[in-house]
Amino acid sequence: MTDVAQVFRILPEVILTITGVLIMLGEPLLAKNASRKPLGWLAVLGTLAALFASFWQLQLPAGTAYFGTVQTDAFSVFFHVLIAGIVLVTLLVTLDAAGRDAESLGELFALMCFGAVGMMLMSCATELLLVFVGLEISSISTYIMAAFRRKSAKGPESAIKYFLLGSFATAFFLYGIALIFGATGTTDIPQIAGLLSTSQVPVFGVIGMAMILIGIGFKVSAVPFQVWAPDVYEGAPSPVVGLMSTAPKAAAFAVLLRVLYTALPALHSHWQPLIWWMAALSMTFGNLGALRQQNIKRMLAYSSIAHAGYLLVAFTALSPDGIAAASFYAASYAVMNVGAFAVISHAGGMDDRLTLIQDYRGLAYRSPLLGGALAFFLISLIGIPFTGGFFGKFYVFASALHSGLVWLTIIGLVNSGIAVYYYLRPLVSVYSKPVHSDLLDGIPRVTVPLMFALLITIAGTLILGIVPGRVLALAKAGALTLQSTVSDTTTAVK
Amino acid sequence: MVPIAYYLVLSAILFSIGVAAFLIKRNIITVFMSIELMLNAVNLTFVAFAHQWHHVSGQIFVFFVMVVAAAEAAVGLAIIIAIFRTRSTLNVDQVDLMKL
Amino acid sequence: MQGANYFWNYVPLLLQILAAAGLGAGMITASWFLGRHRNTKAKLDAYECGVPVEGDARGRFSVRFYMVAMLFILFDVEAVFMLPWAVIYRELPKISGSRLFGFWEMLVYLGFVLVGFFYIWKKGILDWSADKGDL
Repeated sequence: MTDVAQVFRILPEVILTITGVLIMLGEPLLAKNASRKPLGWLAVLGTLAALFASFWQLQLPAGTAYFGTVQTDAFSVFFHVLIAGIVLVTLLVTLDAAGRDAESLGELFALMCFGAVGMMLMSCATELLLVFVGLEISSISTYIMAAFRRKSAKGPESAIKYFLLGSFATAFFLYGIALIFGATGTTDIPQIAGLLSTSQVPVFGVIGMAMILIGIGFKVSAVPFQVWAPDVYEGAPSPVVGLMSTAPKAAAFAVLLRVLYTALPALHSHWQPLIWWMAALSMTFGNLGALRQQNIKRMLAYSSIAHAGYLLVAFTALSPDGIAAASFYAASYAVMNVGAFAVISHAGGMDDRLTLIQDYRGLAYRSPLLGGALAFFLISLIGIPFTGGFFGKFYVFASALHSGLVWLTIIGLVNSGIAVYYYLRPLVSVYSKPVHSDLLDGIPRVTVPLMFALLITIAGTLILGIVPGRVLALAKAGALTLQSTVSDTTTAVK
Repeated sequence: MVPIAYYLVLSAILFSIGVAAFLIKRNIITVFMSIELMLNAVNLTFVAFAHQWHHVSGQIFVFFVMVVAAAEAAVGLAIIIAIFRTRSTLNVDQVDLMKL
Repeated sequence: MQGANYFWNYVPLLLQILAAAGLGAGMITASWFLGRHRNTKAKLDAYECGVPVEGDARGRFSVRFYMVAMLFILFDVEAVFMLPWAVIYRELPKISGSRLFGFWEMLVYLGFVLVGFFYIWKKGILDWSADKGDL
């Protein structure tokens, strides 16, 4: 294969890297008090280009490049498009929420581009080394983004909690890779599968698998590795929270899917019970924790723990339908959650002027567009039909039932019932009679970037809720490429 | 030849010391150092296995772990400085504005 | 020699360590018993190249030292990838199938490092004299 053809396999990553580098070059050259908005629009352009490049990759035949370290297939394209879309909306929201005087905004834009590169590499890597590098690029970018409000007391606190627990998780993830390398003598994901299925399952392999599960569990905030999420979400700026509650999680789930289904299907009898418990506990703990939250960002943090649990239900199903449902759920959760955070970012700004649920009282009367959008996303998070949230949950529980996981489905459905209660609280608050409040009067006018962001997320939620066919078809194609990577282990999975 | 099990046991012990220190220590810098210890324990495991399998990829992995550890160290120190600016303390028990 | 016997090779090393430790401990103990103890204030002070002690060692340093230390860590560790690259440089054309592949790869890598360097330079982190009160 020639060099040119190889570059096409990582075209979105290359575009985003160049965009990030250009922003880094531009940031110090701009005058100290000049507006950073042009850099933000440059990032938007780069992300759009990366989005189209990802779509364009669909027409490449599935295959690997760079000595078998990256693989372009329907699965990688699905997550590339998802990540590019999330980052695009986040950039628009940041452009809207950041004041003119926000310092080092250029850094934030560049970090979002670099973070997206890391997450994209995670979703297309077929070599654990590249998975690790991608994971770290995305993690380190998000650590810095979380610390963006460094003058307030909560900003650095949120960042240090995220950083310490994140690095702790990384060490476990690495130890897991080391042990799997010890068990098989390779870090190439397809080769690991071949070596593990043919031999006796070695004890190192099982311990390594468990360690990797701990590492990824932290990154997706699944119980019992969820403690950091509420604090980090509360202290980080709202646009960044919208990003880090969706994109790195989607990428981490992509890694988990690839590692579990492509590399370690031979160990499925070991990892399936673990994931079962993680799913059940995450759903229950997340929903019960969200019930008593007064701060809307903390509530959404607990809700994101619960949603990670629903997603893990699909992992437990051990079928291509389950993989497709997990991918679809990641996409539907991303559009509605990023949308909800777009409204919160606009209302509260970078420094969180509106924090409590009751602060949003009467929002729909003050601004019908913002109130209506927030209500719509909350309805989708509940999982009411005609929204993306409904089909996401539907496919997940359908795949679980298909695989005979009756108890897990019941736990999930009960949890969906509990969740209605806490999502309704902000919903009721938004449509309550307006009380005169300085907080609501302080909400700035809706700007063009925010309009675009809301348009993308609302349209996305509706498309996933009314005509999910094409997205699901892509997710299914992805699921099949994931399993056909190693043909001789498909029997081991079922 | 030192048997590979010796290296693995040593790195497992180092890793466990790192985990224990992470959970017990109260100074952020010390907590941070315990993470570095865990990463270096992993490096030892990689090199030991690379030697056992006569495969250089384990050692390449160590290079990348070292670089990532350096990047993490820089970011971590920057965040720690920011914490010290706003709190004037590095005791993790006092970084508790947001409670569960 | 294989197995447990292998460790007999290390016995001389162990003896050497014991001898060194014994010699050091012996000399200190001997001087303690044989010498006279007449402590003055000057003798008990911290030894700082013979100059009178000044201030407390636990003072806070300017944050600029940390900045430079962090940058040193980052740029120092970049070199780790250059060594293996240099070792196999001559074989890279064979592996990659392209004559200058390895050369351009390293230029791209160095380009990224230079972008980072440009950024900190232009941001004024390397400027020691400038007043950066809020850095």
